[in-house]
This record gives sequence, C-alpha cells and structure tokens, in this order.
Amino acid sequence: MASLLIASFVIFAALYLAPGNPVAALSGGRPLPPGSIRVLDQRYHLTEPFLAQYWYWLGNALHGNLGISITLRENVSTLIASRIWTTAGLVLYASVIIVVLGVGAGVASGLRPGRLDTSSLVVTAISAAIPAFVAAIGLIVLFAVKLRWFPALGNGTGFLSNIRHFTLPAVALAVASLAIVARVTRAAVREESDREHVQTAVSRGIPARHVIWRHIVRNAAIPITTITGITIASLIAVAAVVETAFSLNGLGAYLVQAAQSKDIAVVQGISLVLVTAFVVVNLLVDVLYAALDPRVTLGSRPR
Amino acid sequence: MSAVPLADKARAPSRAQALLRATGPAGIASAIVLTVAALAAVFGPLLAPYDPNLPNLSLAWIGPVGGHLLGYDFEGRDVASRLLAGAQTALLGPLAVVVLSVPVGTLLAVTAAWRRGASDAVISSGLNILFAFPAILLALLAAAVFGAGLPAAVLALSAAYTPYVARVLRGAALKERTQAYIAALEVQGASATSVCLRHLIPNIAPLIVAQATILFGYAMVDLAAISFLGLGVQPPTANWGVMISENQAGLLQGYPLPALAAGACIVLVVIAVNVLGERLFEQARVARR
Repeated sequence: MASLLIASFVIFAALYLAPGNPVAALSGGRPLPPGSIRVLDQRYHLTEPFLAQYWYWLGNALHGNLGISITLRENVSTLIASRIWTTAGLVLYASVIIVVLGVGAGVASGLRPGRLDTSSLVVTAISAAIPAFVAAIGLIVLFAVKLRWFPALGNGTGFLSNIRHFTLPAVALAVASLAIVARVTRAAVREESDREHVQTAVSRGIPARHVIWRHIVRNAAIPITTITGITIASLIAVAAVVETAFSLNGLGAYLVQAAQSKDIAVVQGISLVLVTAFVVVNLLVDVLYAALDPRVTLGSRPR
Repeated sequence: MSAVPLADKARAPSRAQALLRATGPAGIASAIVLTVAALAAVFGPLLAPYDPNLPNLSLAWIGPVGGHLLGYDFEGRDVASRLLAGAQTALLGPLAVVVLSVPVGTLLAVTAAWRRGASDAVISSGLNILFAFPAILLALLAAAVFGAGLPAAVLALSAAYTPYVARVLRGAALKERTQAYIAALEVQGASATSVCLRHLIPNIAPLIVAQATILFGYAMVDLAAISFLGLGVQPPTANWGVMISENQAGLLQGYPLPALAAGACIVLVVIAVNVLGERLFEQARVARR
C-alpha cells in the first residue's frame, strides 16, 4: 500500500518536474485560451499548496476522475475503460502461456536430465534474450506474412476472432518470461528431487506420480510462484511495446501515444492504473504464498 | 629476481588453457560477439562502407546487391552501414545506465549494511517502495514530461534499476560486514570509509561486476524498446531499436530484412551479455565459498 501511495505521488509530481509551470505541462506546451487555463487552475487546485493539490488529485483519482485528455477532449477514465480489457486480456493470455508452457517445460526438464534437458537449456537461454518487440516482428514475418495462420495487426471482433488476433501478441509478450520461468522451475525441481526425503520416498517404493506431486512439485512451488508472479507483473508494462507493435487498441499503446503527444493527464491516469495492477498482482502472489506454505504469514515473502 | 617471472611464464599457458576450458564454446562465441559489438560502437561510423544517413528513395527496400550485404532500408539507406553506426547508441545507452545505477546502488547497499539498524531499515523499505515502478513505465513517464530522447530514458532506467542493484549487493555486503577481518580493522581504528573502500567493496567486487553485466543486458532491451516506441533515440540517427520501428512497414510488404537484421543484432548482443553475466555470477559464487 505504501508503495502505491509513493508511486502515485511520483506520478503526480511529474507535473512539477516538467520544464515550465504545471499548466504548460498539462497542455503539453500548447497555447491555451485564458478560459481553459482557469478551468485547469480549478480542476487541479493550482493556487493551493503542492501537497493539497496532490491530495485533491488522489481523491479525484480514487473516485474515478482522472482529468481530461488534452488531445481527445474526453474523460481520461472513459478512455481508459474502453481500452483496459485489451491489455488485461493480452496479459492474461500471456500468463496462461507462461504458466502452462514455462512451468510445464521446467518441471519436465527438471525431472529428466538428459537430451531434453540440455536442449531446453539452450532454447531458453536464447529465448530469454529475445525482447518482446523483436519477437513481435519475427512472429509477424513467419506466422502472419509467410504462413498466414494469424492476422498481423488489430484487435478483431468477437471472441474467436479476438483469440486469433491476440495469439501472436501474447506469444511475443510471453517468450522471454517463459524462458526465465522454465529455467527457475527446472532448477527448483532439480534441487527438490535431490533432497533426502525424496530419495527415501523413492526407495520405499512410493509411486512416482505421488512422489512428483506431493514431494517435489509441492516443495518447488514457492520459488516457482515467486518467479512466475514477478514476471507476470512485469508484463503489465511490457504490454505497451507489444500493443504498439501489433496495433492493438490497449492501455499501453495509448500510453505511448499520449507520451508522444505530451498528453500528461492521460499519461498520469494510465500510469496510475498500471502501477496499481502491478502492486495488486504482487499482493496476489503474497496471498498465494500463504496458501502454499502454512509457515508463511502475510507480508513476509521469502526473498 | 628472475625466479618469479620464470615461474609465471611456466604457468601462463596452462592458465590460459584452463580459462579456455572454463569458458567453453558459448563463452568464446559471446566474447567474439561482444568484441565486434564494442568495436562497432567505437569505430562504427568509420567502418561503415556507405553513409548511414544518406537517403535515396529510388533504392528503397532493394534487397542485398553488390557491396550492399543487407540491402537498403525504407529510405534507400545501406542497412549494413546503419547497423554499424547504430551500435553506438545501442551500446552507449545501457553503459550509461550501468555507470549511473551501479555506483549509487553499491553506495546504498554498503551504507545500509555498514550502519545496520535504522539506516538499513530506511534504505531497505525505501528500495521496496521503488519496486512498485516498472522500469519501462518510469521511462514512458519521463519521456512524457521531459520530452522524447535518450537522456531522459537513461535517467529513468537508472532510477528504476538502482533498487535492484542495491538489494542484491546489500545481502553480500551484510555477510561481509560480519567477517572477522572487518572487526579487526575497526579495532585498529580504521575509519568506516577506508574499510569500505579498501576492503569491503573490493571483496564484493566480483558480484558487483556480475550484477553490472546482467543489468547491461536488461538496460539494452529496455532502451531498444523505448527507441522502438519512438520515445528514445530519434530518427534519422541510426539505432537498432529505431531501425525496427522505421522498417516495420516492410514486414507486411515482403521486405522484412532491415527490421529483422536490427532485431538479430539486439538478440545476439543480449545473449552474449547474459552468458558472460552468468559465468561471472558463477565465479563470484565460487570465490565467496
């Protein structure tokens, strides 16, 4: 919670870090008629002390009032609401890919040392180094232009069309994180399977399936959850890059446009939403810990 | 007098062989990639066979011909020359991030570990709060406020990465702080600054170097992404991230080479940096045992 408060403060203070006065920052340097300046003065309480302004701004934000876009002349909250599901869907889709393939590949190669393991190490070392936007252009060239399996750009309409349109972006978003999750999972599984109690269980003739689920995966779950949580949370920001590469109509792409046109109210609003999402995902991971490991009490994440 | 150099000479080849064996083919390939990239970053514009910024629209999107190994880009500029010239911004940006964030992170970590108690609590909780800000998001915010460009992005990423550096190093510094030799030096009346500068920091230096290497890779990916988004290095300056975005139209028109070549440069260097970083971490861990 404290971090959210500080983050919101940084986002608000950005107005004052900008060269010139806050009115110039809010207008992105565009000349404004006196009437509009008065409206901005009133909306942001610019005549009052700095901290009071922040307090008003935060209060408004909590009530869903994030100001008005200077370029589109619309409520920032309305603009955000119409785009938030694209980003949420994209991140969710990528998360499913990461959990299923990343954790799956990690467990498989952790349990079976050998050729599968070595080749997965090489593949993940390479894919961990592929930035989302490089993955994006590679996927567009191969699957959209050459093979024509998936569309290259846009959101699509209707559920099935959405899934088709979101597949390449979700894979591009997932590639690097997938590799990192797979590597950490593999190391955790390998470490747990070398433990004495696992060897004992195997020598007592307990069925392999039982040993794997109850003794190896269950104990490896903590580091796996940590890395999965951290990487999924980081996708929230990286989504901006992928949305731009695939012309998806999401929050991140909109944030980039707003940053280019210096539409500060929009940049602040979206940053606030994304940071909140980031903090909430981290909080969910903490809750998950407590569920996975009874020794963990909330607020004390093993680092 | 002559015995020492002789002994060194006798040991030298075996040490080089041991190094070679420890590095392996992946390590050697990484070293080659990094050397080439560093040379391109320093001498790139001089090495470029053609003017990287000279457009000629009649040559736009023409594939590899004659002396133009990778063909021409969307404005008819030589792609290979632009890749060579683009290495400069692609590598100097992350270097600046490392130079800014690693010393600050080290200072914070060592201060927290040395003083412990309240200072440690303040620094650690401050760092935890900073984790709420993803690096790319901070860079986008900085671009909106200060205007697009490499300096704003470098400053934002340095601020976002400093907590990561400090957190990793704080643990190592804390462990070092409890060593007997530090207590001995303190008893002898050595000042905190001198103990930290002469003994503590040199002793965790392998970890600092490993951390800086990994950070370089992260910064390179993030800065390239920001340039790709049009908020970092500004065209027509050659840069690998910029080259991907300006040649993106070619993907759908059947001319993917310029964008893919720039992407391949980024991936190759990042793989090399990661391999090197992992080796350095491994060595730092062995040395600390």
